[in-house]
Order: sequence, then C-alpha cells, then structure tokens
Amino acid sequence: MSAAADPVAPATPLLGVRDLNVYFGESHILQGVSFGVRRGGITGLLGRNGVGKTTTLRGILGLVPRTGSVTFDGEETVRLGTHEIVRRGVAYVPEDRDVFAGLTVDENLRLAERAGAPLRYDLVYELFPELKTRAAQKAGTLSGGQQQMVALARALLNGDNRILLVDEPTKGLAPLVVRHVVDALRRAAEIATILLVEQNLSVAHSLVRDVVVLDQGRVSFTGDVEQLMGDPALARKHLGLAAAGSH
Amino acid sequence: MTPRVRTIVLAVALVVLVALPSIGIALPGVFEGALNAPGTLNLLGLCFVFGALALTYDLVFGYVGLLSFGHALYFATGVYTTAIALTRWHWSLPAALALTAVVSLILPLVLGAVCLRMRDIPFAMVTLAFAQAGSILVMQNPFGLTGGEEGLALGGGVLPSFLVGVTNTHNVYWIALVLLLVVYAIAWLAVNSPPGRVWQAIRENERRVSVLGLNPYLYKLGAFVLSAFLASATGVVYLLLQGGANPQVTTADFTLALLVMVVLGGVGTLWGAVLGGVVYEYLDFRLVALANTSTVQSLPGVLRVPLSEPLFLLGVLFIVLVLFVPGGLGGLLRRRVAS
Amino acid sequence: MTTFALLLITGLGLGALYFLIAAGLSLIWGLMRVLNFAHGAFFTVAAYAGWSATRLVGGASLEVQWLVAVLVAIAVGGVFATLTEVVLIRPLYARHVGQVLVTVGLALATISLVQGGFGSDPKQLQLPAWMTSTTTVLGANIPNTRLLVIVLAALVFGLLLFFLRRTRFGLIVRAGVENRAMVQALGIDVQRAFTLVFAIGGMAAGLAGMLAGTYFGTIDPGRGTTMLLFAFIVVIIGGLGSVTGSALAAVVVGVLQQFLNFYGAAGVGDFSVVLLLAIVLLVRPGGFSGASG
Repeated sequence: MSAAADPVAPATPLLGVRDLNVYFGESHILQGVSFGVRRGGITGLLGRNGVGKTTTLRGILGLVPRTGSVTFDGEETVRLGTHEIVRRGVAYVPEDRDVFAGLTVDENLRLAERAGAPLRYDLVYELFPELKTRAAQKAGTLSGGQQQMVALARALLNGDNRILLVDEPTKGLAPLVVRHVVDALRRAAEIATILLVEQNLSVAHSLVRDVVVLDQGRVSFTGDVEQLMGDPALARKHLGLAAAGSH
Repeated sequence: MTPRVRTIVLAVALVVLVALPSIGIALPGVFEGALNAPGTLNLLGLCFVFGALALTYDLVFGYVGLLSFGHALYFATGVYTTAIALTRWHWSLPAALALTAVVSLILPLVLGAVCLRMRDIPFAMVTLAFAQAGSILVMQNPFGLTGGEEGLALGGGVLPSFLVGVTNTHNVYWIALVLLLVVYAIAWLAVNSPPGRVWQAIRENERRVSVLGLNPYLYKLGAFVLSAFLASATGVVYLLLQGGANPQVTTADFTLALLVMVVLGGVGTLWGAVLGGVVYEYLDFRLVALANTSTVQSLPGVLRVPLSEPLFLLGVLFIVLVLFVPGGLGGLLRRRVAS
Repeated sequence: MTTFALLLITGLGLGALYFLIAAGLSLIWGLMRVLNFAHGAFFTVAAYAGWSATRLVGGASLEVQWLVAVLVAIAVGGVFATLTEVVLIRPLYARHVGQVLVTVGLALATISLVQGGFGSDPKQLQLPAWMTSTTTVLGANIPNTRLLVIVLAALVFGLLLFFLRRTRFGLIVRAGVENRAMVQALGIDVQRAFTLVFAIGGMAAGLAGMLAGTYFGTIDPGRGTTMLLFAFIVVIIGGLGSVTGSALAAVVVGVLQQFLNFYGAAGVGDFSVVLLLAIVLLVRPGGFSGASG
C-alpha cells in the first residue's frame, strides 16, 4: 500500500523533502514529491525509467528551478544556490559521472577539495588505488569504471560531507567493477548518509535499507526494502516487471 | 483600447500620412520645416524605410529566433545592385529592379543555405563574416563598380523624372509609405500562416519541430530568404530617398543598429519593430540637429560631448532597455494601452 | 626571401594583436557563454587612456611615457571590464541573448563617446627611437615594434597558460569551460571566476589597444571594432574556450592576411580570412580545438 501520507521517518531526517515541484518548459516532472532520508545508512530512490529520480536529486541540489521545501539537517535550503547547498555538506555523484575530461585525475580531485574540511585522501586511495597510479592521466581517457571511481572519490574527499546523492553509479559497468563500486558505497555508508538512485535492483536490494519509490513524478511507496522486494506483487506494481525476478 | 477604436485610429493615421504632402502645418521642435516640406517628407520617408527594414529583421530574429549579424548585407544588396545597374550599366529602372529582385532571391538562398547549417553563435558569426566580406568587397571597388569609399551618386537622367528633384520628394515619400504598408502586410501574412507558426515553434524548441516530422532547416531558410528579399526592397527605396549608395550601409555597425531598432521597439511584435525603426531613425536625425543647437553647444564639454553623439545616447537607451524594459517601447505602450 | 621574412614577421605581429584580444574573448565565451561585443570598447578606451597618460607625463623620456601608457591601458582595460561584468552582465545572468545585446549597446555608446570626445582623426603616438628603427632578421629589415609586440604577446600567452595550469582559479576556469554546472555542484561559486575572467580579458584587450597603437603608430576610434571582428574569427577558428587554440589560429590568420594582402590586392587577405572562417565552421563547428560551440 503506498504510504505517501507520512513519508518522514520517526527520527528527524537528515534530508527532508516536502512538496517538491519541478517544471521543464511545459512538462510537470515532479508533482509534489515528499519524503525523508534517515540519518545514517543508505536510502534507495527507486522507480521505472523516466519517473523523475534524477530530477529529484537535481532539484534537491538546486541544479533545476524548483518550488517546495528541502531541509538539510533542519535548515531550509530551497532558496540557496547550488554551491551554497553543497558547501553545507551535500555531495553529488551524477548519473554520467561528469568528470572533467580535460583535467587530470589529480586535478579533478583537487578541484573538489574544500577549504576548512579535513581531506580523506587516505580513504580515497585505499578504496581506489588506481586513482593514485593514474593521477597524471587525463580523466577523459579513463574507462567508465575508472571515471566512476573519480566521481565517487570526489564525493568522499571532504570530511565534512554528511550526505552523498549518488545517481546510478553502476550504470554501464562490467560486473567486476560493479562489485567494486558496491563495496566502496558500503564503506562510504559507514561515514556518511547516502541517497542512492539505482535501476539495478539486485544492487539496490543488497545496499539499501529504506526505499522511496517514485512513479510519474510522485512518491508511490516508502518503507523498508524487504517490505518492497519481499513481495513480488508489490515490487511489480511499483517497479515493473524487472522487479519480479530480483530478490 | 478596443480593436474597433484601434482600427479607427490607424485608419485616420493612414489618411493623415497619405495626405501629408498637402499639410502645411509646422510642428516646431518635432520637425524643422512644415509637415509637407521636402526635408520633413524625406525624413519621414527614411523613417518608413527603417521601420520596414526593422520589420524584416524582426522576422528572422524575433519570430524564428535566428540571431543574424549580417542582415545589412541584404539591405545593401538592394541599394548597390540597383545603383550599379542604373549608373554603371545605364539600365532602365524596371530592368534594374528586376535584376535586384533576382539577386535578392539567389544571394540569401546561397548564403543562407551555408549559414543555417550552424546554430546560435556560430551562425551569428558566420552571418557577420559574410556581411563583412561584402563590406570589404564594396570598398575594394572591383571593376570600378561600387565606387569604393565614395559610393555611387544617382546622377541626372538615370531615374524617371517623377522621382527626381526636391519638388518630387512627395512621390518618393509615398513610395516609402507604400513600401512600409506592403512589407507589413506580407510579414503579417507570413507570420500568421502555417509556416509562420512553424517559425515560432522553431524559436521555442527546434527539436520538437523535427520530431513532428518537419524539417526546420527548410523553414529557417524560407524565413531567411523572405526577410532578405524584403530587406533588399527597402534598400531600393532607401536609394531613391538618399539619391545615392553609400558604403556605410554595408558595415557591421549598421547591422548592429538594426538590432538596436528591433530591441528598441520590442522583439517579436510586428508593429513594435516598425516603431523601433521609425523612432531610431527619427532620433538619429533629430539628435544631430539637437546637438548643433546653441544651447547644447554652450554646455561644458563633459555634457556637450555625450549629448552631441546620437549613437552614444542610443547606445545608452539600448542598454537601459535591455536591462529594465526587455519588451521594448512596444511592450511599454502595449501595457499602457491595455490598462 | 627577405619579403617572405618581412611578411611572416609582420603577420606574426598582427597575429599577436589578435591573440591578445581573442584570448580574453575565448575565455569569456567558454566560461560564461557570453559573446562580448564590448571587448572592442575595452581596447579603444584603454588605448585612449594610455595615450592621454603620455600627455600627462610629457616631461619624461619617451620610454617612460610609453611604459606609463601601457600600464595605464592595462589597468583601465581591467577596471572597465570588471565594471561591465558587475553592472551589466551579472544582472542578466539568465538571459544570454540579453547579455550579448547589452555588450553591443555598451560598445556603441562607448566608441561614439570616444569619437565625440577625441575626434575621429587618428592621434599620433610618440615612440622612442629604438622602437621605430629596424632590426635585420633573416635578411629583412623588421621594424622593432613588430618584434616587441610579438615578444609581449608571447609573454602574455605564457602567463595565461601558467595561470590556467598552475593556479586554483585557473583550474576552476578550465573546469568551468567544460561543465559549469558540475563546478557549482562541487561547492565552488563560479561567479567569482566570471569577474576574474572578464578582468583578465579586459587587461589583455587594454594591452592590445596600446600595442596596436605602437604597431600602427596611431590611435583611432574605429580600430577596436575592426580588430574585434578578426579576433572573433580567431576565437571561433581556434575553438571557443581554448587559449592555445586562439594562439594557433591568431598566427594562421595574421600571417595569411599579410601574405594575401600583399600578393593579392589590398583587402584580399581580409576577405580570405572571412572565407576561412566560413570553411572552418562548415567542416568543424567547434574549430581547431574541437571544443563544442
């Protein structure tokens, strides 16, 4: 049963989204999205293709014009600019990685550094040793998997990042690389909260605890991941046929 | 103002304009001479020409959304082709006009086909580049045709007598008025026709248009050629009013002045563009006269210099409009009239 | 051979001037997507400011006068550009066409003001004797002004590359040219980079204005607009947003223009440059560097 009535988890959520609306020209992409992300652990943002998952992340970050309310750790951020929101400890790992192709791996990381924050280069190089060996390589020449590592590393670099918004990190990657990314996300979840958009349902199932499901620009289900995945009929209803086989 | 009232006002205005050469009233400060004085009629004729020209530019820029920096080239085509045919080859006026018509169709077709393969800024730059090439070509005076820096004067005998001489200024004035009306009518028809609606759709979202199975390139090319052809026509009338061709009309500055006119009047409205062209040309003329008055000349340099440069005042006006009144004068008027 | 050397170096000198204007234009376009028509106004105002400065220190030696003029031109160019960005460009951040239009208006207003205030006749620039004399290079007698302009432009090129490759702001600019939104998503306020890039462009344009005066021996109100046009062509051929591309394209354009103007008729070179732009755009809308337009 969809639970749009009280989407907020019992404890004060780290990230609270209320009545988020995003328009794209004449299309009403997000039609009053509301949910909360609990502090700690990984919350999944799921749904079929095109329902507005990426737009939700971009709306939270202010990368698209939005109305509604987005609170981060109690502070209303919907009036702030993207860089101000990010400075408050919100990191973004976009769907297409968006690494700077003309810059080296090292420059990509250095760009992400924020003054005043402890830097976690040790963690980053532990998780992704290749970034050290390929430090001088232009990011545009990296493979998809390596670019994904750069994108994740950027988000983990600043010690004061409290939430990571991660968009389809396993998209287009080979199974071995997917495993690497999943391990990295599990490690990351130890130090930060993660809101994870994922189309790959077995990955999502193995990583997330809470889920928020979108359908046609609205929240259609919130709850525990087992609630959703354990019930094939429910899974199929909210996530489509692909869900039926993954548990 | 209801549509009925507006129609009546416009009809009255039209009658007044047609009858102007018979109206001997003077409006001091507005015009130097009486309303039917040759100087006034000439100025008004130029205002009509620029109103029409601004209108043709609004077609490509305002309606289709193509930022062309080379529109002056087609205006100049009208001016120079006719002038060359008349003075260098001694053709009759009808023959010269026929040649100009042909050139004004072929040139924008060829150049437009090339330029429109690009969008936005590259398109703007390549149109500017072609216009600049045209300007250079004119200044080079190839085969002695264009007269280089001095331009071409329409000396005696090249034009039919009813178009020549100060006493016949009213004839040229009427031609200019007719030009404005005809260009407006054509533009109005074009914009309200099915292709016209596609133009506006292209301005909003080109991809959606191609998704619908229409070829945006052809529609853009059509708009481009139509507006260039009409611009060339305004160039011919300009030639008649000025009595000669001057390379100034081929410069980048001139195209940018067109941009100013359209923004001044309001982008994307037909009568707004006309208003912008008329006001611009009027101000350009009158500000020079104003600058030469004793009051301005006696001001201290700091004030006198800016006030003596019409382009400075127009440039500042333009900046103010872009910043604060994006709808242009047309937008302002429309709001006032509506309330 | 001597003609060849003379044409080559003169062409390089012209290219050097184009580069100084184009580099700023390229960065401004690459980072901010603004087509800055006012760049020619920065050039002109700075040149006249420099020239006026020489009148003020009339007592000193010609070298000092020239140096003062150059420094004043650079400063005025930078200040004017910064003011333009803050007062005119920033308020129009969502309206790209509006930003272009406002630079057009500024160019129109400024250049006509300069013309009104100083007159349209060119102003003579008093240059030290060693600048106006020639040096023999590859058998040709090259006016030293050409060599000076080339050396200074090369220096600026080096400084720009250093700035872009070795400083944090340079890193931000390079990343921003590629993907402005992602830079914001890393917590960086790109706005400050905008102002900086405009200021740098203004300073380079100011230097170009004074060096063009040195190259031609005179300052005149119309030159800014003409040079701006060729600089735009250089920027597009070289790839929007690429300083190295601008440098390469500037050399090609300058040299080509000189050679064709000499071996063809006057004006053929200019015409060919325009044609070159059209060809490059048709073949490769991104120019040399392949940066997407």
